[in-house]
Amino acid sequence: MTRTKIIKLVDGEKGDIIKITALLLDGVMRRRLLDLGFVNGAFVEVAQKSPLGDPIAFRVSRTTIALRKEESGKIEGELIINGE
Amino acid sequence: MGNEYYRIALVGNPNTGKSTLFNALTGLRQHTGNWAGKTVSLAQGSVDFKNKTFQLIDLPGTYSLFSNSKDEEVARNYIAFEKPDVTLVVLDATSLERNFNLALQVMEMTTNVIICINLIDIAEKQGIEIHEKRLMNLMGVPVLKISARNKLGFPMLLDTIDRIVNGDIKCQSFQLKYPEEIEKKILKIEQQIHEIIGDTVSARWVALRILDGDESLINEITKQFKLRGDY
Ligand SMILES: Nc1nc2c(ncn2[C@@H]2O[C@H](COP(=O)(O)OP(=O)(O)OP(=O)(O)O)[C@@H](O)[C@H]2O)c(=O)[nH]1
Ligand SMILES: [Mg+2]
Repeated sequence: MTRTKIIKLVDGEKGDIIKITALLLDGVMRRRLLDLGFVNGAFVEVAQKSPLGDPIAFRVSRTTIALRKEESGKIEGELIINGE
Repeated sequence: MGNEYYRIALVGNPNTGKSTLFNALTGLRQHTGNWAGKTVSLAQGSVDFKNKTFQLIDLPGTYSLFSNSKDEEVARNYIAFEKPDVTLVVLDATSLERNFNLALQVMEMTTNVIICINLIDIAEKQGIEIHEKRLMNLMGVPVLKISARNKLGFPMLLDTIDRIVNGDIKCQSFQLKYPEEIEKKILKIEQQIHEIIGDTVSARWVALRILDGDESLINEITKQFKLRGDY
């Protein structure tokens, strides 16, 4: 039995695959992320972290999308594959 | 001589092959590349079919039509206010969940929609099976599988456009049902909106956008009406 580990996207490391479980934001920003494919149940891969850690590029629904900390810090998911 | 003339808009997520489809149908060489959001101005070109001319308009790729960016505003305004005769929503067959999000938004705005599931060659290689007949029944509009790059599915696509503008196919674009509370609010203002704007834009869609606090749309409607001298 493995314990599921919930992390914020912002804390993911390159290569991690995270299954989204919650979007902790509302309004236009929430809508925007949903439109981009950051929906519950979606698998997201951390594609690239810039030296300062912001923005971070994610691979979602076959597309690479960069999110700012304010966004990736508000998306939670289950760590499915640890990239290291 | 004296061809009937119809406007056909192409919308879809970035990089789903809209420009490739546009170029293949019109024979134009509009630049296509491999990065998102490169279609900025609207390319137009035409294709003749039977006794008709279809004027194709290649809209910028967007994930949404809620006007968070210039591209979204261009695409939204075209569909809402220029009222194309038919709107082709070009979807990426390998990423349907996100792509249908945009298709549903378009179907809230306009009735005559064709869903083109593109990149079907790649989907097939990945073992993705798409049941277009079932999707068609669910969506109430034609759903076609195509490959723009390989020019697959074009005769059926042109024939479907022809049948829609002829009135032989009547689209009944699927309308998302919202929670009771929101539906009640829509009902409350939809009639009034219809009295003000008439049949120019879907009153249900405008009601939804107003409930969502979309000021940019209200401003645009005001502008459009001034331009047309209706108010
Ligand atoms: N394999 C395959 N590739 C395709 C197909 N259609 C388009 N492509 C490729 O997909 C890429 C994107 O195509 P475009 O036509 O530029 O996409 P677009 O939707 O106009 O992109 P934006 O204008 O950025 O929204 C190009 O490299 C095309 O060659 C297809 O049916 N099969
Ligand atoms: Mg394009």
